[in-house]
Amino acid sequence: MREKKTFEQTITELGEIVKKLENGGTPLSEAMELFEKGVKYTKECNKMLDEAEQKVKILLKNANGEISAEDME
Amino acid sequence: MKDAFTITEINEYIRNRLESDGVLGNLWLKGEISNFKAHSSGHLYFTLKDENSVLRAVMFKGSASSLLFTPEDGMKVLAKCSVRVYIAGGSYQAYVTEMKVDGIGDLHVAFEQLKAKLAEEGLFDVSRKKPLPRFPKRIGIVTSPTGAAIRDMLNILGRRSKYPEIYVYPVLVQGSDAPPQIIEGIRFFNDTKSADVIITGRGGGSIEDLWAFNDEGVAREIARSEIPIISAVGHEIDFTIADFVADLRAATPSEAAERVVADDIETKERLKTAMDKLAMGLQNNVAIKRSVVQALNMERVFAGLEKGIEDRRLKTDQLADNLLRAAELIIERKMQQLKTSAAGLEALSPLAVMSRGYSIAFGKEGRPIVSANDVKIGDNITVKLSDGEIGAEVTNK
Repeated sequence: MREKKTFEQTITELGEIVKKLENGGTPLSEAMELFEKGVKYTKECNKMLDEAEQKVKILLKNANGEISAEDME
Repeated sequence: MKDAFTITEINEYIRNRLESDGVLGNLWLKGEISNFKAHSSGHLYFTLKDENSVLRAVMFKGSASSLLFTPEDGMKVLAKCSVRVYIAGGSYQAYVTEMKVDGIGDLHVAFEQLKAKLAEEGLFDVSRKKPLPRFPKRIGIVTSPTGAAIRDMLNILGRRSKYPEIYVYPVLVQGSDAPPQIIEGIRFFNDTKSADVIITGRGGGSIEDLWAFNDEGVAREIARSEIPIISAVGHEIDFTIADFVADLRAATPSEAAERVVADDIETKERLKTAMDKLAMGLQNNVAIKRSVVQALNMERVFAGLEKGIEDRRLKTDQLADNLLRAAELIIERKMQQLKTSAAGLEALSPLAVMSRGYSIAFGKEGRPIVSANDVKIGDNITVKLSDGEIGAEVTNK
């Protein structure tokens, strides 16, 4: 499975798309594709923010020195 | 009376006299260091002097290794020592076991010395600073799990954005065990590549309380980290070595939490702006294309016809047809998708031209009618509108 893109990657690519589209000079079909992709990325970014549930973990070491992440109270 | 002493005998005699003295066995000396030499063995050799007199001194490795600062020439010190005879050299000297900087305090001196040393090595250079991610997915925090610092940071992070995952590596933040634990925490995140950015710090306290963040090992670990590090130690006025070597110094733990991740409200504002720019970009792009395509069509089609070159005309017609068909296909497909993807976009669409009342008329063979000469009275033609087609007959021209 393809790894999910992070917020940072998505918003960075969105920035590039906006720049490309603003500069003009792209063929019409490509401009349409860029626009479509931009809309998609904008939605994905908003969704990532809206659906995030803050995770706070504390890293605890067991007797063997192995570290595991537990929920922090 | 004894005939004559050997040299060893007299030196040993003097040594014994001095060693039985109540004062010389254990005293504090106050003086200035000169001729300082740190031998490769770890022993320190120097002289202590005042305006009128000098005394040779040695500090052996065992004692020297517990010094917080590095002695240097000109430094005024208090030295705890015994004054004894060095038999082989026929001299007496101070054997120093403890040394303190006279006046300003060891910690301040140690701080300035380490700062100068690391600056010299280039560890504070701006060129070494790593850029921080703007939207970290994983934030590693190396600090005490119980202090006010972590509570403040979690509060602020939670308020700004729920997007990042937060991993707290619990450590002591003061005392002699603190530096190795802080180092271990930074190393853990690096070894496991489990954070996009690290915050390390603690709340306010005295210079002694904050000392772990002036530790050379901690400073070097921060410098070595491949993950960008924000230092967040004490209050606004507290500067530590960790602050200088970190990629970003936050004045307080709260400020670190504010700097490490953008507020969702601002981010959403940015996304809205991006959306507007996309729509504007497409609109401009479509407008430019439309005029270019029109100009090209005119040139190609009519220039070819006028020259009367049959094969070229055929080819040109074919190209024009292909172009039109391709454009129609693209526009149809895109518009279908666009209608569902964003509101208000109809205004930008090439199809909108048709919905504003324009139409295309096609002749017998399905070719677009570009001239009145393309049809005769009585021809049946097809008129394409934005939402369908109608048949029509040419009644006059």
